[in-house]
Amino acid sequence: MTVLLIALGAAVGAPLRYLTDRAVQSRHGSVFPWGTLLVNVAGSLLLGVLVGWPAGPAVSALLGTGFCGALTTYSTFSYETLRLATGGHRLLALANALGSVAAGLAAATAGYALARALIG
Amino acid sequence: MPEPFEPRTDPDVDLRVPADRRELTARPATVLAAIAAGGVLGALARAGLQHAVPHPPTGFPWATFTINTSGCLLIGVLMAVLGHLDGGPPLARPFLGVGVLGGFTTFSTYAVDVQQAIVVGAPGTALAYLAATVVGALVAVAVGDAVTAGLLRRATR
Repeated sequence: MTVLLIALGAAVGAPLRYLTDRAVQSRHGSVFPWGTLLVNVAGSLLLGVLVGWPAGPAVSALLGTGFCGALTTYSTFSYETLRLATGGHRLLALANALGSVAAGLAAATAGYALARALIG
Repeated sequence: MPEPFEPRTDPDVDLRVPADRRELTARPATVLAAIAAGGVLGALARAGLQHAVPHPPTGFPWATFTINTSGCLLIGVLMAVLGHLDGGPPLARPFLGVGVLGGFTTFSTYAVDVQQAIVVGAPGTALAYLAATVVGALVAVAVGDAVTAGLLRRATR
């Protein structure tokens, strides 16, 4: 059952990352990877909420391990940072690395705190 | 020789690459299904490894660290191979890159595990894990890209 829930969450999360990335790029011509940053921050916020709530095993598998896990990505983030650095955008590469980590951590913290505050 | 993959930055989808721009209008269901199928495989592999190597709240998340660094090494290898093949088969990047490796690696678990280590009073672990993953991932993707590109250049010379 857990395996099915993880699979279901991932089957939605991975295509949603792709579609979000496309949508962001079609509105935003910049070389900075805003689309990947957006999905990583949103997924970290949601997972923070799930951990703070705390969600049961079924919801954790579906939305946490499956959906948030597949929506967010480290491989895309690292490759983009590499290409920015080797493509003459060293400052943007540094900004992406530090900014993603800081924003992801802040989002996780905010999500966790929000869930804790709401359950009292 | 022209570099058809320049100026790709984003391995998931980069609208400056003509083939990426076209792929969703050409056959949306196939592309999204390939991404979903790859994402399921990647996520299940990740869940399996995390289940096999659990970590206490104060401990270093070795499973996720290994997942993220190895996934970054592999995206470097994959994109170098696909670049060498002028993009490769049309579904290779959506399935393997966006799906399998994107679904295997995770930013949300990384961020929340760092935050949880802080919450339980293990700031040293949090900082070590935070830094080790970023540095490890960036070194891994650079090595995967450089070594693969070098081997392919040598093989085709």
